[in-house]
Amino acid sequence: MEKANEMSEEKSKENLVIIGSGPAGLAAGIYASRAGLKPLVIEGMLAGGQLTKTDEVENYPGFENPQTGLSLMAAMRAQAERAGVRFEMDEISSVDFSSSVKRLSGMMGDITSDAVIVATGAGARWTNLPGEDKYKNKGISACAVCDGAFFKGADVAVIGGGDTALGDALYLSRIAKSVYLIHRRDAFRGTKVLAERVLNTPNITVLWNTTVSSFEGDGARLTSLKLSGDREIAVTGAFVAIGHDPQTVFLRGAVDLDDAGYVRVERTRTNVDGVFAAGDCADPFYKQAVIAAGAGAQAAIEAQHYLQERGLV
Amino acid sequence: MITDINEKDFDSAIAEGVVLVDFWATWCGPCKMQGAILESKVAPVKPELKILKVDIDGNISLAQKFGIMSIPALRIFKNGNLVKSFDGVTKPEEIIAAVENA
Repeated sequence: MEKANEMSEEKSKENLVIIGSGPAGLAAGIYASRAGLKPLVIEGMLAGGQLTKTDEVENYPGFENPQTGLSLMAAMRAQAERAGVRFEMDEISSVDFSSSVKRLSGMMGDITSDAVIVATGAGARWTNLPGEDKYKNKGISACAVCDGAFFKGADVAVIGGGDTALGDALYLSRIAKSVYLIHRRDAFRGTKVLAERVLNTPNITVLWNTTVSSFEGDGARLTSLKLSGDREIAVTGAFVAIGHDPQTVFLRGAVDLDDAGYVRVERTRTNVDGVFAAGDCADPFYKQAVIAAGAGAQAAIEAQHYLQERGLV
Repeated sequence: MITDINEKDFDSAIAEGVVLVDFWATWCGPCKMQGAILESKVAPVKPELKILKVDIDGNISLAQKFGIMSIPALRIFKNGNLVKSFDGVTKPEEIIAAVENA
């Protein structure tokens, strides 16, 4: 442990560090690089962001045919690299924004920078129901695209009713034997075209007005779900898709956040000079890749102005 | 020392000493973070440690044999026996401690 810490050496100061590598972070990087800044993108736990967990993206302009989230983000990353953006694989766990030079601390060491764009996105929300912790990664997952391959020919469940749940159910229907889609309401919240596809897929059974009461297993892995109304269904996989929360815990006390944890911004500016935020971490309303990318570009332009006004570039 | 391994050569590769195995896939985002941790925070600190990488595409039954239903997943073996499991991205200090206690 001590040895690991000794290896974290201080690096030279950056002019712009972007935390996050989803559409917001990469668009910010592309704009900042073309503006003559030398942006460094910290890729985070999930390089490429939430879209890498999405099977098919059909609403990002510029592509006639559906793209996998992974290929869209690979293209965006390649474009950013070509523009001169540098990348570092690390997860920032704490920040110090108390002086004009900002300090970011991660697993791989500390980084200092004149300006920072927070583009950390949102992470899957868990149910916190009995059995969830015990069987997480042992049948319970929040990423159908990552873990679906382990459930070939199995009976699985998806919990939720928004676009993530609908997309996950459709993706799993092509791998698993059968998919239960468990939704607490009597109608989906998700996009109409996805909802219709789900309803027309023979091996997806929608359980309307149903909630999960607990996850059950044999100690080693998930075997069933207990549902409202004293029902129980036998499944070896359960995919939680009940929503996302902004990934801003590491910013508490350093930047103004709203009650739900979203970074408060005005034209991507936070309450701290030189710290900007873009994408799902600062967007309680839309949570769309194209909007995140737009906000990333805005944040880069704001950061450029900030650095120029202070003669830092 | 980090090397790729497949199902065929797996048993002989873990037969002796302490071996750390990283189950991953090209399409798994968090696996990239885990890979970077092993490369820059574990391997340099434990140069003598044998680290194997199993791409689950093509080796999924090997993953299932060790109860893996989610990646990234790490498994530590000692003289061929499974001694420690981590599921999800695991921090370097936890990995190093587990290797030292294996």
